[in-house]
Amino acid sequence: MTDADLTVGEPMEEAHPRLGGTALRRLARKRLAMVCLVAIVVIYLAGLLAPWVTPYGYNEQDLDNTFAGPSLSHPLGTDRLGRDMLSRVIWASQTTVIISAAAIFTGGLVLGVGLGLLAGYVGGWLDNVIMRVADAFFALPDILLLLLITATIRPRVEDLFDRFESWPVAGGLVEAGAPDYFLVFGALALFGWVGIARLIRSQVLSLRESDYVLAARASGASVGRILARHLLPNVGNIIIVSVTFSLGAMAGTEILLSWLGIGITYPHPSFGAMIAAGSDLSSLRAHPHLLLVPAAVVALLLFAFNLLGDALNDVLSPRRG
Amino acid sequence: MQGILPFVVRRLIWAPFVLLAVSLVTFALGRFGPGDPVEILQGQYHDPERVEAIRHEQGLDDPFFAQYGRYMWDVFHGDLGTSFTYLGVPVKDIIFDKMWVTIQYNLVALIIIFAIGIPAGIWAALRQGTWQDPLTIGGFLFFRSVPVLVTIPVLQFIFALKLGWLPSSGWVEKDILGMKIGIFDKRIIMPILALSLPGIAGVARLMRAQTLEVLDEDFVRTARAKGLREIVVITRHVARNALLPMTTIVGFALVGLLGGSLFVEALFGIPGIGQFTWEAVGNRDYDVIMAVTLITATAFIVANLVTDIAYGFIDPRVRLGAGGPRY
Repeated sequence: MTDADLTVGEPMEEAHPRLGGTALRRLARKRLAMVCLVAIVVIYLAGLLAPWVTPYGYNEQDLDNTFAGPSLSHPLGTDRLGRDMLSRVIWASQTTVIISAAAIFTGGLVLGVGLGLLAGYVGGWLDNVIMRVADAFFALPDILLLLLITATIRPRVEDLFDRFESWPVAGGLVEAGAPDYFLVFGALALFGWVGIARLIRSQVLSLRESDYVLAARASGASVGRILARHLLPNVGNIIIVSVTFSLGAMAGTEILLSWLGIGITYPHPSFGAMIAAGSDLSSLRAHPHLLLVPAAVVALLLFAFNLLGDALNDVLSPRRG
Repeated sequence: MQGILPFVVRRLIWAPFVLLAVSLVTFALGRFGPGDPVEILQGQYHDPERVEAIRHEQGLDDPFFAQYGRYMWDVFHGDLGTSFTYLGVPVKDIIFDKMWVTIQYNLVALIIIFAIGIPAGIWAALRQGTWQDPLTIGGFLFFRSVPVLVTIPVLQFIFALKLGWLPSSGWVEKDILGMKIGIFDKRIIMPILALSLPGIAGVARLMRAQTLEVLDEDFVRTARAKGLREIVVITRHVARNALLPMTTIVGFALVGLLGGSLFVEALFGIPGIGQFTWEAVGNRDYDVIMAVTLITATAFIVANLVTDIAYGFIDPRVRLGAGGPRY
């Protein structure tokens, strides 16, 4: 064997590290990322387990004890009606968790990844149609449209749910404010797919001509099989990173919407409504904790998502230094 | 630049269709939604016959596509319709005044974002591997993570209530060279702060990444090897090359600021386009909503196009053809 034999040949393709053992270990070594992960998990768990972990109900009033500061019985104080702030914050995170997770699952994972894979792999007119629709959504001022959609479609959604009110399960859903949840997560999902679809598409465009895809196609694999078995696993990294960022962004938008009064509404607590209630100047002057408590939780959650997303990005795409 | 022209032409051909789709969706949302501008305008105890008469007079009882077609026809002839709230005033007479207010302080915020973000990014890149790098970037990232509607009341709490340095809200215009300028008043400091803080992270990060890339280049080593002072190496050789790609994000940064203005204006009482839009949605002022949506969408499409073209010119490795791989 000569030296020339050793140097000739294609350079190794850049390895795509999966979120397997090595990458996980690298992530575990980033202390900040771990702190963020813990913060997110705590807030998520508290939100999901709200009925069991909250010391008080979200609507339980203690009218002798309004606007109270932190105390042993109310660790984060109470609001205008003497409702426990800690319980309300936990219930508000339940709202945020449910809506952002549902919107990411439908909008980001199903719509975004699916359309991105299709547009990138199939190409042609399908690619054109999908990407132009994406352009249109991208060009729409999203806050304004969310405002319009939720304002205009709400009565129709409520009608729809009312029709099923006599049904055993659906009746309970209406009671629990399901139309509100449905509306907000639907609106978020509608705008949530564009970014992920674009990212996936651009990645698939470069993977499309790779040897293993060509080999799969040559051996007669169907489009569905190539997408699911060969391309999807290889865009997994991008999906993980962008889902992390999007969960934060969705939570932020949900808070914006409920701040505007078009998200989850009274009496169910939401961060947006709590912040809105705490931020008028007279309330700020006398009882700043009404603003600072929800603001601190929101800041922690969204910041943690961003830092974790950054760390994941570093771990999963090591070419950047 | 071969390859870029067909791309631009294709995008330009698509742009009107995207705009048309956007306008149709917005128009439909307004018309099929609940609430009626005339009823809102006539108040709670309106006379149904009078409402009907006004609706007829305004053409609001025509079929949907007749209304849409008439509106688009007018738009093509430069008429953005009339406001319901500001009775009978053409939208374009109000909207540009409102936009002027918003654009003024948005431009100042844009300048601040780049003026802080660029040096911060370079500094972070030079401190790579130390605690200063993640702290700088992380600090700016914090402000990007937190929504403005949290930042603003906290700012008001600190600067207006606790320290008493700044008024909590307001907009005062001064007449300078025949133009109404509102950015030379201390009332605008907090809005600009609230608007620019979230934007810095993006600029700083991109600048950091670019600087790191340029620092590895041969010409930087050469510059150092021939004994140039570090400050000269950084400003003349590194920064200049790292800055070029920054031009691509100016467009989006500005359009992004416009979105944030909605909340900034609502919370600080600034009579700009954001507050105007907010009011229009509340009053179902169809023509105003349409005009704002169309203008914003156009701005997005233009920013998108300019960004793509700028990428193509700055980095010819970016292939813009449909089939080629895009990274």
